[in-house]
Order: sequence, then structure tokens, then C-alpha cells
Amino acid sequence: MLLKHQKYKTQQSFSITLKQEVVMSQAVESRTRIKSERYESGVIPYAKMGYWDPDYAIKETDILALFRCTPQPGVDPVEAAAALAGESSTATWTVVWTDLLTACDLYRAKAYRVDPVPGAGDTYFCYVAYDLDLFEEGSLANLTASIIGNIFGFKAVKALRLEDMRLPQAMLKCYQGPATGLIVERERLDKFGRPLLGATVKPKLGLSGKNYGRVVFEGLKGGLDFLKDDENINSQPFMRYRERFLYSMEGVNHAAAYTGEVKGHYLNTTGATMEDMYERANFAKDLGSVIVMIDLVIGYTAIQSMAIWARKYDVILHLHRAGNSTYSRQKNHGMNFRVICKWMRMSGVDHIHAGTVVGKLEGDPLMIKGFYNTLLDFKSEVSLAKGMFFAQDWASLRKCVPVASGGIHCGQMHQLIEYLGDDVVLQFGGGTIGHPDGIQAGATANRVALESMVLARNEGRNYVAEGPQILRDAAKTCGPLQTALDLWKDITFNYASTDTADFVDTRTANV
Amino acid sequence: MKLTQGCFSFLPDLTDAQITKQIQYSLNKSWAISIEYTDDPHPRNCYWEMWGLPLFDIKDSAAVLFEINMVKKAKPNYYIKVCAFDNSRGVESCVSAFIVNRPAYEPGFKIIRQEGVGRNLIYTLESYAAAAKPEGERY
Repeated sequence: MLLKHQKYKTQQSFSITLKQEVVMSQAVESRTRIKSERYESGVIPYAKMGYWDPDYAIKETDILALFRCTPQPGVDPVEAAAALAGESSTATWTVVWTDLLTACDLYRAKAYRVDPVPGAGDTYFCYVAYDLDLFEEGSLANLTASIIGNIFGFKAVKALRLEDMRLPQAMLKCYQGPATGLIVERERLDKFGRPLLGATVKPKLGLSGKNYGRVVFEGLKGGLDFLKDDENINSQPFMRYRERFLYSMEGVNHAAAYTGEVKGHYLNTTGATMEDMYERANFAKDLGSVIVMIDLVIGYTAIQSMAIWARKYDVILHLHRAGNSTYSRQKNHGMNFRVICKWMRMSGVDHIHAGTVVGKLEGDPLMIKGFYNTLLDFKSEVSLAKGMFFAQDWASLRKCVPVASGGIHCGQMHQLIEYLGDDVVLQFGGGTIGHPDGIQAGATANRVALESMVLARNEGRNYVAEGPQILRDAAKTCGPLQTALDLWKDITFNYASTDTADFVDTRTANV
Repeated sequence: MKLTQGCFSFLPDLTDAQITKQIQYSLNKSWAISIEYTDDPHPRNCYWEMWGLPLFDIKDSAAVLFEINMVKKAKPNYYIKVCAFDNSRGVESCVSAFIVNRPAYEPGFKIIRQEGVGRNLIYTLESYAAAAKPEGERY
């Protein structure tokens, strides 16, 4: 508009009549109108706009994304895939000539492959490649604003799910990664060769600071490595955060003296603002806490900020995945938790809740295994059964420790070790605090169950089959374990998983 | 008190047969076993005395057990632990540690609370044994 206005003024100054000017202007417009088929004004299919290229040669530095897409009836899946590529990179709904001012082909994401989802009707796996330069270095907010920014509300698709991503090494090198990481965490805590043990203080809400610290003390004294604030305990009227931190640290230190072990309590620093969180985290650090905690709901930028803080002050950073199931659980829409695992490892947290298999929360065994691989592997291979569609080299980003929490108890110890391995924090909340003989007894039952199962596994016994017997034998010298086994022996959570892998064994991904 | 550092401190003391199986587990994974002892079991004392170098070349569990028993004989009233190191990429750290010997009497730790600013307490843990006597004369 500005250009046109200036043109009028210039032309008026040459005393050309308005009528003549309009005629000339139309002539100019028709003379300069773009004639090529691609840039003719109007709406053309995304696939024809350059967002579909089945022959695209993937670059080592490309970011790859796999979407599970359910197009609206009548929408061609290739066009849907191209639309995803377009709207998550440069495109809008219509042709714009300003594309021609850029090296537009580079910036256009390319849908390069579309496969029907095995056994899932009109649903398709759509592969999209993005050039590295589409994204700001080290900014998860920027990456996600593109990848999940617009397209999930797109009318042409009925439902959409981000299943997996490949992050190139060139990108990962711009991310801090876990502030501490599994290996350094174990060295700091002096805990080797077994899963770490934790518990969440219950009731989640309502305890006074002094009563809360009691739970921390008893659990740690009984043999746990960590206690933990729950996701929704911040600084409420019934207990302000300073009260909780002070009393919890009394519990931590007293239990350390009692056992001679390094102990910790995840102090939740989640707050309304970054300023609040820094204030709380600094207080925790000043009290000598080895670990602090944040919730996923604080957002990606806040998480990255806290990870930098944690690296700077040598504090382990625990992330509770509060809120994730609102978008990660249903198969047809949202995003797979595997992708959250990837983003959180990049963003720099040391712990993330990643499922239990046998507990009360969602989790198909193979999918959970895939999450654990994603958090712990240095290099992962393609494994369609685990839902891992891409090979991934983690570029030396440290290992993020998976946390298993929610409805697990010591009677499942053999299954937990089989499914989850050594590199995990096993958190028994109800399974510790619900023990009839008290919190310390509950903690001891868990620790003895764990140690006896690790011992048996290392001895080469078939600990999965013999698990219940191994626990019964261990209970002969540990009354609290016997009580726990008797109480929870029949507790299982056998429900069908909603999120399972869809694949046919013979199918192989091409990257 | 009972010091509960290490993998198996909540179980009854391991027998030689049990220790041998744990050693074999490490050897099967090509981990190097190290034997360490101390009379200062403070939780932050991460450098116990090493009984020689880690046993990089020893592939026989009986030979490892022999060394363990040699330490026990030389340092009967010390804490002795068996550690294993994994040098594979991405680990390069200790991957197993368990106590195989402990003093007959474990006095434990004193907790010292120093009043700081506000209601803050500065905690210090002090081993009763380490505070009472110099290194080598404690248990």
C-alpha cells in the first residue's frame, strides 16, 4: 500500500491525470504479473507447491518428523502430508509471491513418504523432513512452535499425532542436555548397580511442614534414596514452600546420619513465575539439597532455564510429567510421549517419569521400553515394535533417568527389574506410606525386595519366574517385607493399553 | 547403626559363595573389579583406600575372592567394598558396589546442627569413629 501511495504522489507531481494513471497502473500490473504455474495467484495443492517430494534425499542435518495423520474424508493422503509439511514450515493457504524473495525450496519442509498405518483404516504415517536452518539453535520453544504449532488444528485433517522425530547431531550439539545425567548422578549419590528407590509423600496435599518432613525422614531412614514432592505441591496456604523445604532437609540430613548414605528429597520449585522458581530453587540449593523438581506444565522455556540453573549449581533436576496425558495418550491425536522424552532430554532435565508397565498408569511394555531407550541410549536403532521409527544418535547428550511411579509395590519387584532394568528410579508412594507398620517399615520392605532381586538376578537365577519365591525367602529375615507381600499380593492393574505400536514385522523404515 | 551404603547392605552378610556369584556377574560383563577399604565411611568420602589397582587382567572369580579375603585378613575391622567399573562408551564409571566386610561395632554418625540465618540449619555429619581417633586407629 505504501509503495502504491508513493507512486500516486510521484505521478501526480508529473501532472498526469488520475484516469491515465489507473490505466497505466493496470498495464504495469498485468505486465509484471507472475505467469509461472507455481506462482500464479490462487490456491493450488500443497503437494504442487513443493511440499511433497517422494524422491527427496534426506540430509544428515535434517530434522525428521513422523506424523500419524487421519485426513478428512476425500482428502488425498499425499496432499494431507504435503499440507503438514507446508503449514509446519513456510506455507500458508494460498500462493504468495514473497516466496520468490527467499531460497524458498530450502525452507520448504518436504513430505517424502506416506504409508498406510497397518490395520488402521484411513490413517497414514507421513514422513516430513525439515532443514536445520528453519530452527533457532538451542530453542525448544522455536522447534516446537513449528512442528506442533499450527497443524494440529488443521481442518483438512481429522486427527493428527506426532509419533517420532529424528534430531540431527548438529542440532543436539546446540542443546545442553541433562544437567547432571545418570552417570554423574550415581557418582554424586554413591549408588551403583541397582535401581534407585524413591517415594512420593502422601497425602499429596494438606500436611503441615513439620508433618511432611516426618514422612521424608521415615522413608529415607527406612532405606529409600529419595523422597519426592508431588506435582501439585508448591506453596499453598496449608504449607508454604519454605516450611516444606526446611523440614524436609531436616529429614534428609537426619536420615543420612542414621544410615551413612547420601539421601535426597525432590523439592518442587514449580511456581507462578520464573522469579518464584529461581527463588525457590536457590533456597533449596542454599539448604544443601542435592535435587530439585519442576513440573512439565511450567513450559519448555522455563524448563530449559531451570536446566541451565541446575547445571550451574550442581543440582539434579527432576521433571514430573504433569499434564502430558492430556495430549500423549490417545493414539489418533496429539503427540507420542516418546517425543516428549526426546525434547526433555534435549532441554536438560535429569529425571522424567516414563511409565511403570505394571503400575496404575498407561503403559504398553514395549512402548515403555522405547521411552527408556530414548532417555538412556547413546545411539538407538529403528525398532518399530517399540514405536521407534528413526535411528537416533544422541551426540553425547547425557542420559536422562526414567522414573517409574504410580501404583507399584514391592511384590512386583521381579517384573519391575525385568521391564525397567537398573537405570531407573522406582517410586513407591502408596507402596511405602501405605504399609501397615509405618513408613519406615514400608521403605525397608521395598529396599529388601529390591536388593534381594538384584542379588538373585546377578547370580544368574531365573528371577522373573522365581520372583515370588525370592521375595518370600527374603521376607524370612525381614518382617516388613512379609507384611507388605501379604497386603498387596493381589494388586495388579490389568487394563488394555490405549497406546500401542502399529506395525507389520516385515515393514522397515527407510532411515 | 548399620552403614547401608552399597547394593546389598539390607540383606544378611553375603557368604563367600554369594560373593563369588556377584564377582562372576561382573566378570561376565567384562567389568574390572576393584577392592577398597576405609575406616572413614562418611557418605561423602568417595575415595576409600584401594587394595592395589583394579583387577583389570583377572578373569577368574576365585582369584578375586582370594584378594578380598586378603584384605579382610589385613584389615579385619574396616569397611571393605567390592566395586566394578564399566569402561564402555556412555558409562565409563562404577556400575556396582557392595560391602563385604564391616567393623564389629559401628558407632555411626553424629549430626551437628549449626543455626544459620533465619531458621536455616547447616548440617554436618561426623563419624564418631573418625572424630575420636586418627586414621588407622579407629575400629
